[in-house]
Amino acid sequence: MTTTVSAPLDVAALRADFPILGRTVRDGKRLVYLDSGATSQKPTQVLDAERRFLQERNAAVHRGAHQLAEEATDAYERARALVADFVGARADELVFTKNATEGVNLVAYAMGNAATSGPEAARFLLGPGDEIVTTELEHHANLVPWQELAKRTGATLRWFPVTDSGRIDLSDLDTVVNERTKVVAFAHQSNVLGTVTDPAPIVARAKQVGALTLLDACQSVPHMPVDLHALDVDFAIFSSHKMLGPYGIGVLYGRAELLAALPPFLTGGSMIEMVRMEGSTFAPPPQRFEAGTPMTSQAVGLGAAVEYLSELGMDRVAAHEHALTVAALAGLAEIPGIRVLGPPLVDGDVADRGGAVSFVVDGVHPHDAGQVLDDQGIAVRVGHHCAWPLHRRLGVPASVRASVYVYNDLDDIDAFLAGVRETQRFFGVV
Amino acid sequence: MQLQQMYQEIILDHYKNPHGRGLRDPYDAESFQVNPTCGDEVTLRVRLDGEQVADVSYEGQGCSISQASTSVLTDLVVGKPVGEAFKKLDAFLELMQGRGEVEPDEDVLEDGIAFAGVARYPARVKCALLGWMAFKDAVARAEGKA
Repeated sequence: MTTTVSAPLDVAALRADFPILGRTVRDGKRLVYLDSGATSQKPTQVLDAERRFLQERNAAVHRGAHQLAEEATDAYERARALVADFVGARADELVFTKNATEGVNLVAYAMGNAATSGPEAARFLLGPGDEIVTTELEHHANLVPWQELAKRTGATLRWFPVTDSGRIDLSDLDTVVNERTKVVAFAHQSNVLGTVTDPAPIVARAKQVGALTLLDACQSVPHMPVDLHALDVDFAIFSSHKMLGPYGIGVLYGRAELLAALPPFLTGGSMIEMVRMEGSTFAPPPQRFEAGTPMTSQAVGLGAAVEYLSELGMDRVAAHEHALTVAALAGLAEIPGIRVLGPPLVDGDVADRGGAVSFVVDGVHPHDAGQVLDDQGIAVRVGHHCAWPLHRRLGVPASVRASVYVYNDLDDIDAFLAGVRETQRFFGVV
Repeated sequence: MQLQQMYQEIILDHYKNPHGRGLRDPYDAESFQVNPTCGDEVTLRVRLDGEQVADVSYEGQGCSISQASTSVLTDLVVGKPVGEAFKKLDAFLELMQGRGEVEPDEDVLEDGIAFAGVARYPARVKCALLGWMAFKDAVARAEGKA
């Protein structure tokens, strides 16, 4: 790590903010929660913010002239501003969606709608001969919507392959992204391997050929400092529930001038400018993309989550997770019969690798390994983690994934490593 | 420790030494089933001889539960009339969906009773049923052809 860190996270203290960590599982065992890549736990501050909003200021936002409606609207828009500030964006560049998956679909469907929209939407037009680019390590959420867009428009889907060590292979960047490319969608950090991709070369090439970029930041925004303006991507998506926030809300970032020209996806109330029986015009962004009553208390909760994370300091969060990841990788390397997917440690360290460690245990199916870990109170994810093509590429049907966050400590890693050994002992493979 | 209740010796034995494994000809119908949450899959063939299940052959990849359960299935249904095989299927379904509250009948399910502990883990019930669903589907296809 090159980041300078003033003081490490005080994990013992912050664990007190997460009451669920105090419960036991499977006959009184300490809960070792290593599944934050799937969803994070929520601190009391976030839960309190939601409850306080509902108890003190609840009303439908952006309508109604009464005091509660004003206060609710202020709380909702303040949350948008907090989140925007957290990722280096402007508030009017952030759209709240149901989840991150909806964010990708919003862009994909809006691009599909360009054919029936005004001339300002022409830049999003796509048809036979055009190309959509993604990568082989994507979460299904950043793959299937593009497959479907290709199907609807006649465009061709292409993808960057993945190297043996689990990184996006950019060696053919200039061929894969070419004059026919309309959009390049890729993950900032792999949800399976933790590998972090530097967006710079992809963004530079996309700009050269006039293609749009969409960054899946679901696994980066919760875990490291992310400045979307500095990264210069056109769109980005991320998810509240993976960053200490509530369920039911995700975020789509779009550069202001793009959102201004992008046709709507979902239509209805709240997103209109003027409605007549013959047809309607639409509100400016972000309202144009927030049809219907929005998830207000959830936005307030997400605002509290980014305040919480900001107070911890994202540099410190990243450094903390890096230390845990290195400890997990080092421990696994000492256990014979374990194959870690993704970049290994070299001289005791690894660069550009976030806090997700996926592996297979020789002779033990991931489902069975997960069950033995669970029996010891250790919660991990097993399966393909919504990245089936990546698993196919790496030659395994499924894997076990341990993923860390702010509240994990070295005791968790020690328990996990002991659990992996117990898995081997239980199934008699050592 | 509940883990031993789930991974009974019988299950681990079937996992390590599966019965009837491998795809065989001739067959009347084939079914491919996949568990979309974990990627486990099974391809299962059925050959009927009149009302009898003459052979069940299969190939797949998956956890110990899914593989052992398919092995147990072949023991239970091969050589039996289709009606009896489906009674066993119903009994196994009832056991697996019973959240550990159903007392299995060893006369009907034989080694299948070892899966009673699996029924306590809702996430694993699908694993135990993978091969059975393939069997049900393959028989339906075979009968549809006849």
